[in-house]
Amino acid sequence: MAEVCSPLRMPLIAGHKRAATVTEDVCRPMLQPPSGLWWAGFSFAFSLMLLGVAAVSYQIATGVGTWGLNTTVGWAFDITNFVFWVGIGHAGTLISAILFLFRQKWRTSVNRSAEAMTLFAVMCAGIFPVIHTGRPWLAYWLFPYPNTRGPLWINFRSPLAWDCFAISTYFLISATFWYVGLIPDLATIRDRIAPGLRQRLFAIFSLGWNGSYRVWQHYEVLYLLLAGLATPLVVSVHTIVSWDFATAVIPGWHATIFPPYFVAGAIFSGIAMVLTLMIVARKVMNLEDYITHRHVDAMCKLLLLTSSIVALAYGTEFFTAFYSGNPYEQFVFRNRALGPFAWAYWTMVSCNVLVPQLLWFRGVRRRIGIVFALSLLINVGMWFERFVIVVTSLHRDFLPSSWASYRPTVVEVTTLLGSFGLFFTCFLIFCRILPVIAMGEVKAVLRVGQAGVPSGSPVHRAEHAGGHT
Amino acid sequence: MNRRVLIGIFESEDAILDVTDAARRRGLKIVDVFAPYAVHGLDKAMGLQRSKLPWVCFLLGLTGAAFKVWFEYWTSASDWPINVGGKPWNSLPAFVPITFEVMVLFAGISTVLAFFGMSRLWPGRKTQLLDARVTNDRFALVLEEDNAAFDVDEVEQFLRDHQALRVEEREQKVAR
Repeated sequence: MAEVCSPLRMPLIAGHKRAATVTEDVCRPMLQPPSGLWWAGFSFAFSLMLLGVAAVSYQIATGVGTWGLNTTVGWAFDITNFVFWVGIGHAGTLISAILFLFRQKWRTSVNRSAEAMTLFAVMCAGIFPVIHTGRPWLAYWLFPYPNTRGPLWINFRSPLAWDCFAISTYFLISATFWYVGLIPDLATIRDRIAPGLRQRLFAIFSLGWNGSYRVWQHYEVLYLLLAGLATPLVVSVHTIVSWDFATAVIPGWHATIFPPYFVAGAIFSGIAMVLTLMIVARKVMNLEDYITHRHVDAMCKLLLLTSSIVALAYGTEFFTAFYSGNPYEQFVFRNRALGPFAWAYWTMVSCNVLVPQLLWFRGVRRRIGIVFALSLLINVGMWFERFVIVVTSLHRDFLPSSWASYRPTVVEVTTLLGSFGLFFTCFLIFCRILPVIAMGEVKAVLRVGQAGVPSGSPVHRAEHAGGHT
Repeated sequence: MNRRVLIGIFESEDAILDVTDAARRRGLKIVDVFAPYAVHGLDKAMGLQRSKLPWVCFLLGLTGAAFKVWFEYWTSASDWPINVGGKPWNSLPAFVPITFEVMVLFAGISTVLAFFGMSRLWPGRKTQLLDARVTNDRFALVLEEDNAAFDVDEVEQFLRDHQALRVEEREQKVAR
């Protein structure tokens, strides 16, 4: 009875690993000198980032006039990029927090890098509104602090102020969650590498962790609490981002469907980005045993789910416009699908709704190359979704005399490329200096699917322990 | 003050769960268990009490939320009220989003700090490892020889019966 294997009994981690092998496999890429491929990727990403730095310096020195905005389209590329990057970040929290609460054990292989991705994506997102303030050196005015101007306080009724708090909190909590998750792994590496500066740094950041179960016990509770806090947080963050639009009276923005629509879209785009990164990382870093077909399959199913929610939202928007009887609302949606930006709209629909339908087929989900291509297309589609929402709602407003169009300038495009450069630079550095797989968590699920341990049961160890004495 | 301890090193999570549970039932005093990862059910086997961290989280979250509601009310309605689009001074519903964010921030950060405090973890703390592999793939059970009736040979045999790879006796400084 060799190969009879129910999905419940399928091992999460392939290759019959032992705890020590996990440590070795995960530490190996960190301890070897970087490969030529890594240097190639890093040089490319770093150059892109430098290009972005040049573009940002230029636009800060010159002013926001370097953008293609006009009186009608006052928000375009920057806010599109902001929402896009924040959305990318959300998948990290979904995997680290929400799937933890749902006891999805497969998350352990991808949560560390997905959370890192969250941090870097939020960093990229933060750049755009800060530049858009026009005087970024005064960006701290966004926070309420006792000042010499009264003190004049910020307007707590404004969704932009909410956004500022939401994104800052999100970044701080994600960073904390990530660091807490890293502590045991930092200790593992500290006890493994040769003495030196690197070892001392690991010793400092591992806070003297020694594996005591009295600490592990609190740690487990802390992890659960942080997951419990991060779950509503991630929903609130994109809800608040959507309120930046939904609380305005612009047709196309002023919709109650926006919060769930945005949250689903965020997770959709984020999972696509996780897949893009993981498919490359597993290959380049030889982590195929840890990020298996099963992981890719699970993430594809999440893509399919969130794609369906997004598709439903697209449909609902049109239905609401039709059913509202409001000519302005109806015009905006007719203009979206048939107007001058129809190409952007149909790119969005094809990439976000039509293309993901392929994921219904198991054969597609199992072909890593196809999944990789799909994930790239979905990233493109989700960028266009934000572009469509922002620009098509604005460019033909109530008065035909003020209709205008929008075309991004070189500066704006370069800034977007620069943000990708920043993102990939950070991610590549992360892959070199920190464990990309949460060793402590993977070791705990090594036996899932082996020796009759079903992957669905969260408490399989407890009964076992009681039964032996 | 010093104490004598008996340390058993184990290879698998099954072994450490079994032996810990059995040691507690035998009435041996378990100083600590060391593990490379969180083993489900080990806290019960050790007879540990539930962590009080949820209380810290709850109370500090509540404090953060209460502080923020008061602050938003004070700045918008009392210290320098500004008419924004004719909205009421005290726009409680509009204060909800930031209140929520601040609650999460307070609860999250303070729980982590409380955890560091309770577990005595800080940057630069000297690490005392029982075994070099305890952060990699070994488990260790530390029993205190707390009274004269503690028969070292008998307990050693007990540990070996439960698949201990190695048993050693050590003098330990009592840190706490």
